[in-house]
Amino acid sequence: MVTGKNPIEDSIFFTTLESIADVLRNNPVINTIKENTVTGDVVNWGRSSSLWPMTFGLACCAIEMIAAACSRYDLDRMGIVFRPSPRQSDVMVVAGTMTKKIAPAVKKLYDQMPEPRWVIAQGGCASAGGPYNTYSVVQGTDLVVPVDVYVPGCPPRPDALLFGFLQLMEKIKKENPYILDKRKIGVGK
Amino acid sequence: MTPVDRDELLIKKIQSAFRHDIIETTVFRGEVTHLIQMSALRSICTFLKTDPEIKMNFISDVVGVDYNTETPRFEVVYHFYSTSKKLRIRLKVKVNDGETVPSIAGIWHGADWPEREVYDMFGIVFEGHPNLKRIYLPEDFEGFPLRKEYPVRGYKDRYNPYGVEKE
Repeated sequence: MVTGKNPIEDSIFFTTLESIADVLRNNPVINTIKENTVTGDVVNWGRSSSLWPMTFGLACCAIEMIAAACSRYDLDRMGIVFRPSPRQSDVMVVAGTMTKKIAPAVKKLYDQMPEPRWVIAQGGCASAGGPYNTYSVVQGTDLVVPVDVYVPGCPPRPDALLFGFLQLMEKIKKENPYILDKRKIGVGK
Repeated sequence: MTPVDRDELLIKKIQSAFRHDIIETTVFRGEVTHLIQMSALRSICTFLKTDPEIKMNFISDVVGVDYNTETPRFEVVYHFYSTSKKLRIRLKVKVNDGETVPSIAGIWHGADWPEREVYDMFGIVFEGHPNLKRIYLPEDFEGFPLRKEYPVRGYKDRYNPYGVEKE
């Protein structure tokens, strides 16, 4: 704990991420701020206004995802910027047919993403297996990772994916931003 | 090349060289197909590749067929193409369940992956193949899905709740 007597000891105290999180968690001022609904709305506004999806495609839906990110539909104007790493992204767009062979890799990528994270299942295949009710295809993304928004279509047009993102933004704005703190998910014990 | 020249090369020349190994020869829409003995597969393939008039330097594909009720049950079909002579030929080999086929990956490196695909889908083992393992399906996949007894929707597991129950 911060003693306030020895400044050197206090500076050492703030060197680990865990101790900083511990101080924030037990800080009465921050707890008061968290109870305020306006700050919660501001946090949600920030999260929904800078959704960073992972650059990651499985099949033809990925082409529509690319088209959505390009200049005609331009996801960047909504703060949706594609990131090349799961560590930097908030949203996973499962774009295309997920086979049983790729399913463990998708799960691993999802596990590598930091909380809070969301998943959009783009297209019929990612939503429920699509036309491929066969031995090799996963019958829906929800069998591998939890899904927030389903975008139907084969493949969905870029504006449909854009609408999916907008729906996800609306969903995030209704969430409790401190739910991870409450459930003790994340940094610390 | 006229059809007469083609027949001269692809039928008569091969038949005279391998008189006892060719079971049946068919021509459909100008495409020559030889059904051959499995023991002669490698020697015929080497002949097709090295003969200066035929020069089959490209292997288009290797495919498996499951006739299920017939014996021998399977058939492996090889498609060859000669880029210099503009010729095509097809070889067929009958395979029984559990029988092994000599691999031709040592003659054409391009046969490596198609043979793995045939193994992946039908479970036909190619003897002498450098790296015979599954190519499309995950390594831990059970069964060979293009065999007729395999259910179309697959077996039930955590990724496929609509599949057939495995007894």
